[in-house]
Amino acid sequence: MSRPPLARFEARFVVLESENVDTDQIIPARYLKGTSRNGLGAGLFADWRYDENGEPRSDFVLNQPHAESAEVLVAGHNFGCGSSREHAPWALLDHGIRAVVSTGIADIFRANSLKNGLLPVVVDHATHGRMLEAGSGSVTVDLEQQVLILEDGTRASFPIDPFSRHCLMNGIDELGFLLDQAEAIAEHERNVSR
Amino acid sequence: MQAKTLFEKIWDQHVVQPETTDTPAVLYVDLHLIHEVTSPQAFALLRESGLPVRRPDLTVATMDHSTPTTPPGPDGLFVFSDGQAEEQVRQLVANCAESGIELHELGTGSQGIVHVIGPELGFSQPGKTIVCGDSHTSTHGAFGALAFGIGTSEVGHVLATQCLLQRQPKTMEIQIDGQLGPGVTAKDLILAVIAEIGVGGATGHVIEYTGSAIRTLGMEERMTVCNMSIEAGGRAGMVAPDDVTFEYLYGRPEVPEGLEWEQAVESWRSLASDEGARFDSVVSLDAADIEPMITYGTNPGMAMPIRGKVPALNGNHSHEQALGYMGLEPGKQILGTPVDVVFVGSCTNSRISDLRQAAALLEGRRVADGVRMLVVPGSQVVKRQAESEGLDQIFRDAGAEWREAGCSMCIAMNGDQVGKGQYSVSTSNRNFEGRQGPGARTFLASPATAAACAISGCVADPREAS
Ligand code: SF4
Repeated sequence: MSRPPLARFEARFVVLESENVDTDQIIPARYLKGTSRNGLGAGLFADWRYDENGEPRSDFVLNQPHAESAEVLVAGHNFGCGSSREHAPWALLDHGIRAVVSTGIADIFRANSLKNGLLPVVVDHATHGRMLEAGSGSVTVDLEQQVLILEDGTRASFPIDPFSRHCLMNGIDELGFLLDQAEAIAEHERNVSR
Repeated sequence: MQAKTLFEKIWDQHVVQPETTDTPAVLYVDLHLIHEVTSPQAFALLRESGLPVRRPDLTVATMDHSTPTTPPGPDGLFVFSDGQAEEQVRQLVANCAESGIELHELGTGSQGIVHVIGPELGFSQPGKTIVCGDSHTSTHGAFGALAFGIGTSEVGHVLATQCLLQRQPKTMEIQIDGQLGPGVTAKDLILAVIAEIGVGGATGHVIEYTGSAIRTLGMEERMTVCNMSIEAGGRAGMVAPDDVTFEYLYGRPEVPEGLEWEQAVESWRSLASDEGARFDSVVSLDAADIEPMITYGTNPGMAMPIRGKVPALNGNHSHEQALGYMGLEPGKQILGTPVDVVFVGSCTNSRISDLRQAAALLEGRRVADGVRMLVVPGSQVVKRQAESEGLDQIFRDAGAEWREAGCSMCIAMNGDQVGKGQYSVSTSNRNFEGRQGPGARTFLASPATAAACAISGCVADPREAS
């Protein structure tokens, strides 16, 4: 499976200040009963986005006019903790989010995001703080240079695994790499059974 | 030779291709557990790519998340809460049949929560790498295995290649010495650990639990501890195998016999971390300081001793949001708060020792009026064992509901759920907003505490109920 290569893009960002946002919030379990990965945006932050009658809550950030067309979500520390559900990045991507910025991103969510072309961006507290304060605005995400550039020119570098970066920038799926290891895998299996 | 940790030994034995700056390690998987919720898209991916399942013999499936916990009707058919859940289960059956994967199906004697059946059937063994599309795969680390949760894309990778791409994680030792006090359980121990290091405290790390307090725990208690490693952000949690481990495993269906058993035990013994092995970080706790714990907020790190007071507001937005959701006042005790639902179950606390713990308090007593108590064994094996000991009768006589095995109210996908605004005392592992149903408010606690709360109808100290 291939996807469009990701290198550099400029986008609007929105802020979800909460820390430790778990994947049960990103997409509640009742949306996990499907057997496809499509259309999950409808369940994105469902319990925060909608009231019990299914009406949008005006106080939730994604329902506000400035959030429309935002492609970068800036969230509190330890975003994506909890359940391993890959439905979380699927839902964010389906909604149009292409990168999540935080001071910390949970391990499984990060791995799941990278495999789907959603960029997990971990930045320093100062940069994060500026974005929280601004609440919204425009930001440039440069994967090639591994740097986030704010409107005022502030640049913040972010770490990313070189292999994941290579896959994202070239639109390559990691499975291909694993399949190419067939011989080494068979060798390992022979050694174990010996 | 360089001193190695338990984790490093297992890691090294499973590296098919070592990591380089440019590429992660290729890590071999010995046991792949699958369930209905996180596998369908992975099978679809294989189908699209024309790939077979490489090692169906190393793959084991069960159904647990969206399955009903009510018994089948007179026609032998199970009634699902909705068509989607049923379709998901149907697809798992079809996928397993097509690929030749062993399936522990609903209605059979070995079905149950994936993290309960793996150990009880003897699949989970020391030294193995074990993965599942489920974050609580850390449970199996109790056997001295490297066990961790993966996403659905990775489920596809393992189905297709039996391998994963992984960067070597860091290691953290959590050393707990001393003795737990009366009424204090493994669940309290792990809640105290998470409260101490925080829900992101072990991110990027594999935890090894060490110390005299861990050594004295039984296997089921060790599973409770390892189970919640992920709630501290840990990649995995492990306990070095010892005689307690071997005694538990001996004679289980999937465990080797005779000479092979002897050889296995010998090699398992050598897995323990070497004297002088280095961890990237170390945390120490004294078991004697731990009290029965309860959560007050909306993540498992927001836990405190049951007689403690809800922390004051500190200007932190998330703290305020959590207390608002929970409807709790800062600075006040939650002891005495009326509860609506008590749930004993989940892969954290649904094994036979957990049910015995709850039954011991409930015997000859009644669940308080107005409280709904649900007891859901982790597997059909646990259910039969409990019934042979008469525990089901104790629960029924007390007024609790005795159910079929599954995840049930832990994740509320199968129709078992807590109502909006209701308070629930739950032996599960997550008190996230809406986890037990939209608007549900969850207090996490041990089976003993849950039973004490059921009897008193409010949050209660188990040490006063026994
Ligand atoms: S019991 Fe709960 S935590 Fe455990 S596997 Fe099931 S849903 Fe997940």
